[in-house]
Order: sequence, then C-alpha cells, then structure tokens
Amino acid sequence: MSKAILQLDALSCPSCMQKIKGALEKQDGVENVKVLFNAAKVKTDFDGDKISADKLSDTVTDLGYEVQSMKVK
Amino acid sequence: MKFQRYINQHTNQITLITAVLIGVGLLGKVVDSDMIYTVSFIAASIISAVPIVLRAVSALRFKTISIELLVSIAVIGAFIIGEYNESAIVTFLFLFGTFLEDKTLAKTRHSIKDLTEMAPTTAMIVDDDGNTEETDVDFVDVDDVVLVKAGGQIPVDGEIVDGSGHINEASITGESKLVTKGTGNQVFSGTILDNGTLKVRATKVGDDTTFGKIVELVEDAQDTKSPAEKFIDKFATYYTPAVLIIALIVGLVTKDFRLAITVLVLGCPGALVIGAPVSNVAGIGNGAKNGVLIKGGEVMNTFANVDTLVFDKTGTLTEGKTAVTQFKDYSRDQLALQIATAVEKQSDHPLAQAVVKFSGDHHIPFEDVQVADADTVKGRGVKATANGKNVLIGNLRMMNDENVDLTSEQRQDLENIQGEGSSTVIVAFDGQIQAILGISDVIRQGVKQSLATLKSLGIKKTVMLTGDNLQTANAVAEQIGIDEVHAELLPEQKVEYVKQFQQEGHKVAFVGDGINDSPSLVTADIGIAMGSGTDVAVETSDVVLMSSGFNELIHAYGLSKKTVINTKENIFIAIATVVALLIGLILGFIYMASGMFVHEASILVVIFNAMRLINYQPKAAKLDPDQLSVGE
Repeated sequence: MSKAILQLDALSCPSCMQKIKGALEKQDGVENVKVLFNAAKVKTDFDGDKISADKLSDTVTDLGYEVQSMKVK
Repeated sequence: MKFQRYINQHTNQITLITAVLIGVGLLGKVVDSDMIYTVSFIAASIISAVPIVLRAVSALRFKTISIELLVSIAVIGAFIIGEYNESAIVTFLFLFGTFLEDKTLAKTRHSIKDLTEMAPTTAMIVDDDGNTEETDVDFVDVDDVVLVKAGGQIPVDGEIVDGSGHINEASITGESKLVTKGTGNQVFSGTILDNGTLKVRATKVGDDTTFGKIVELVEDAQDTKSPAEKFIDKFATYYTPAVLIIALIVGLVTKDFRLAITVLVLGCPGALVIGAPVSNVAGIGNGAKNGVLIKGGEVMNTFANVDTLVFDKTGTLTEGKTAVTQFKDYSRDQLALQIATAVEKQSDHPLAQAVVKFSGDHHIPFEDVQVADADTVKGRGVKATANGKNVLIGNLRMMNDENVDLTSEQRQDLENIQGEGSSTVIVAFDGQIQAILGISDVIRQGVKQSLATLKSLGIKKTVMLTGDNLQTANAVAEQIGIDEVHAELLPEQKVEYVKQFQQEGHKVAFVGDGINDSPSLVTADIGIAMGSGTDVAVETSDVVLMSSGFNELIHAYGLSKKTVINTKENIFIAIATVVALLIGLILGFIYMASGMFVHEASILVVIFNAMRLINYQPKAAKLDPDQLSVGE
C-alpha cells in the first residue's frame, strides 16, 4: 500500500468533500480516503499494482478540481 | 467533464458578465426599452445559471441534494413563468455571494496557510567530500548532513555537528526570541538561522519532523468537528430535501407557483452550514499562530466547559530545574561561596550544579582556589581540602557526624529554609559553619497571577499533584495560591485523583509535561501538554502549548470560550435569518431576489463574525509578565 497526498485549489463547498471522497473510493485499489476541507488536501492509501498515482490525480481533476501538487510515498 | 472544469475556472468571469448584463437591463428600463430589458435579463439568467445547475447535477450524481439544486429549480421555475429579472438577480447574488464567501473564508484559513507555507522546500546536502548540493527537501534522508547558512531555514530535525548560530524558533515555539545553539544541540525543521553557519545531521525528515507533525495536526484539527457541527451536518442532510418537499406541498396546496419557488430560495440553509465550522477554523488558526495547538472543534467545546485545572508540579508550575533561592553567609567575605563553588564544580550532583550556577550568575571568582583531596561521602556531601582549610560541604547529618555545631541563629535559618520546601547545603571550614544555601525547584514566572486570571475566566478549582514530598509541595502551593495539594503520588495515583474529580461532576483538564504523566493526560477530559513538545505529549494530549508558558494556557482557555460563544452567535444569526425571512414571506414583503440577498448577507455576517477570532488576545496576558512576578 502506498500513500498519496494531493494538494488541491481551495475548496469552498462542503459537498465537494463527499464528491471527491465518493469518486476516489469507487476506484479499485483505493482505501482510506480522507478529504481535508480547510487544508484542501486529499490523503489516501492506494495499491500501486491496481491503480497508478496519476490515475488518482486524474480522477480528482475530472471532477473539476485543480490538483496543485501530489506526493507519493 | 472538460466543460464543467472550464466553467468552474471561469465562474468569476461569468459572475462579472451577469453583473454587466443586469446593469444593461436596468438601463433598458430607464430608457423605457422593453426589448433591452428583457433580452439582457434572459441572457443574464441563462449564463449565470450554468455553473449552478452543473454543480447541482454533479452533487445529485453522488446522491446529495445540494443548495445549488434548490436554487436551480427556483431559477428555472422563475424563468418559465417569465420572471426574468428575479431569476437573473437570484443567480447573480448566489454566484457573487459564493465569490465573497471564498475570499473571506480564505482569510479565516490564512493563519494555517501561513504555517504550512513556512515549511522548508530545499536543502543543501553535504557529501563525504565536503561538496554541497541543493536538493528538494523530500530527498533528504535521515543521517544526511545538511548545510544551513545565515538567513536560511533549517530543513530537518537534527543535531548540530559543526558551527553555531542564533536561531529563531518561532515556527515551533511561537516565541520569536533568538536562541543560541552550537555543536551537539538539537535544531528543528522550519526554524530560521538568523546568523552563523551550521552543519546539521538529520535525525527526522519530512512529515516526521516536529514541524511536519504540527502542520498535520493543525490541518486535521480544523476538520475535526464539534458536536454542534456534527448535529448541523446531520440536520442539513435532512433539511435541504425537506425544503424541497415543503415547497412542493406549498405549491400544490396554494396553487401559487411563485410562492413555491420563493420558499425554495428562502429555505437555503446557507449561514447555518457555514457558521459553526468557520468559527472553529478561525479559532484554531488563532491558536496555531500563538503557539497553542487545539485539536479540533470537539476539544474546543469541552475545554470551554472545564472548571477544574489539575497540574503536575514539576515542569509545569515549576521549571523542573533547581536553583539557589536562599543564601545565608556567616563569613561575610564571600570566601565560603568561592571555595564551595571550586569544590562543587567537580561534581555533577544537581545541588552542586545549582551552587556553581549561582556563583556564575553573581560573578563570584573561584579560579584561584586550590582544591585538593575532594571526597564524596554518600548521602552526606563532600569533604575536601581547599586553600589549606578543611572544607565540609553537605547536609546537617554530615555536620553532626563531623561534630560541627550550629549556633541557634544558624539552626533557625536552617529550619526556615527547610520550611519553604528547599533542600539545604551547609558549608563549613575547620569546624566552623560559614554559610547555608537553600536550593529549590524554581517556580515559573507569573504563575500566581496566571492562576488568578484563569479563575477570572471561569476555572473553579486548581489542584497540584506531585510525586515530591509534602513539605516541598506545600511550600510551592503556598507561593502560587493553589486550592488543593496532593503530594508523594505515583503516576497511577495521579490518575485516581483525576477520576475522582470527574466522578464529583467536574470537567477536568490535566496539565503536564508528558514525562511520566501520560496516563493522566489521557484520562482527563482535556489533556494539556506543557513541554517543549515531547512526541508522546503532542500525540496523547488534546491541547499542546508550544513554548510551555502560562500565558499560552490562559490564551488557550480564553480562546476556546470565545470560540464556543462565537459558534453560538453564528448559529443564532443563521436561525434568526431563516425565521425573519419566513415572517417576511408571510407578511408579503420578501420575494425571491430580496430573500437571496438577505441569505447571502447573513452568510457574510457569520464569516465576518468568525473573523473577529483571528485577532483574539486574552486581556490579562498583555500585562508585563515581569511585573506580575514581583513579590513572589
């Protein structure tokens, strides 16, 4: 399991959190999604064999949120 | 998806275009042109509805009935019945309100953003040949040696292996006084080297550093909800669909379509959803800026209700360092102190070190004293020969063993010093007592005044628990004016006391330094770590005071009270707005556009109200702490 931290542009509506969380959790190999509303960060565990980090970033971008940076470890 | 992103990125431009179109429309009315008026408002309605409808749809896909959905239905409804001006103004107000909310929300998050932006980004790694290479801070490993130059930021937690300098540790301790550090000292990531050059061996890097932990903790804290927020979240999930159903019923019963869509707009829970979280974010941000880490809204809430403060003595009420607090000199020529210092300099016993420090502070010269044959007598003291005299430095038992008698004046002094809870060191030459020193745990500056301030803020009872002997404990308690003292306790007995207070119905906060009192920190309703951030304390406690000052404790308590009041004010404003709107609707002077205006205004009011917390400072803490400690 790897851990990814995505820094997004500022989030303004609390419902954004549910959207992002829901969309990521639907992906195979993604677990423990945590969206920090005020810090505009997404923290998640993912299985590198099932899904790539770039795919995670794309999922969030497709929802309409700009990803500023991503850290994977 | 692409389209939605494009719209999201250009919402501000859309808002602006809408504003211009509404302006043109109003102008059309002035020049009496129905065509300009109608076309402008239709265009404005359609353009500004796009982002709102898109957001409503994307929330619906995740089975969420959002505020945007209520607004979308209302606007489309207004459009259908030809109320173009209403639909245009409602959508514009909604978009413009959201824009202002974003801007003002950013302000309340500012303190935390400042904090995260203080994180170091690059590091100069020194390789084995002494060459340096600049890299991203993420690529530094434990045991790498990094070079830090004057003005630079220390990129890792580590130990100085070479060089020295003055460091500004404000990012960790909240205190901007420069600290001098040299080889062997610990430095922290995120602190700034004011002058000098350092080579630092990394012991912790990235998110594991104290700074990384603080940032993570504060970020998590902001999203940890208070009970009020949790309730409102739950409420909102049912409230929004309920408004939809009520509007439907109103429409069916009254057959008044216009009234039904007006209900949709008025029912938006805007200020209610944002009011409580925004207070907490501002409050936690204020704390982070002032060296107080409060772990979330729930902690804020509980802390505000605390009425009993329980302190561990050592390291919290006292500094945990011993110092000479009494000095009785019977030789009147300082020779006793000079010789005592020269002899004690060779010992690392805490009492001996206190004596040496005392001489250093008073510039007592002792370099010329010739010391020979120093012998430690266990449990008694030291015997030595110095400047040709037979020197005894030790406790009363040593003097009795060596048949050195105290005069009645000296005996009285000794009893007085012991009565204050101090340890005593007696100095004698050739069978004559020369001096008696009282050495005790130093009480922190301004504790007495701080405890009084905490009482004025709402604390009912203060308690001291300590493993020390009863005499010392009582002496400290008397000086600082604490209500209750329990001494000679083991860590598990401290926990028992905390539980007992809780059973008596008190809300208890335990203040400790995290060394051997973690169980009490966890058991208390609120655990407050007052230590220079030992890892255990930072993790197990609810509130962390970064520079361990009493001013911070007052700040934390005052801040939590203020934040809770602020939250309540915001909830009140939100509910009052909805009630006022409903009354206005029934009496017939509130319509869609004016309703939306009041809503958006109320949202801004709660945000501005929360922003008052950003600059909160407790009143008493502004007094000069040096003045407060006079007379102690």
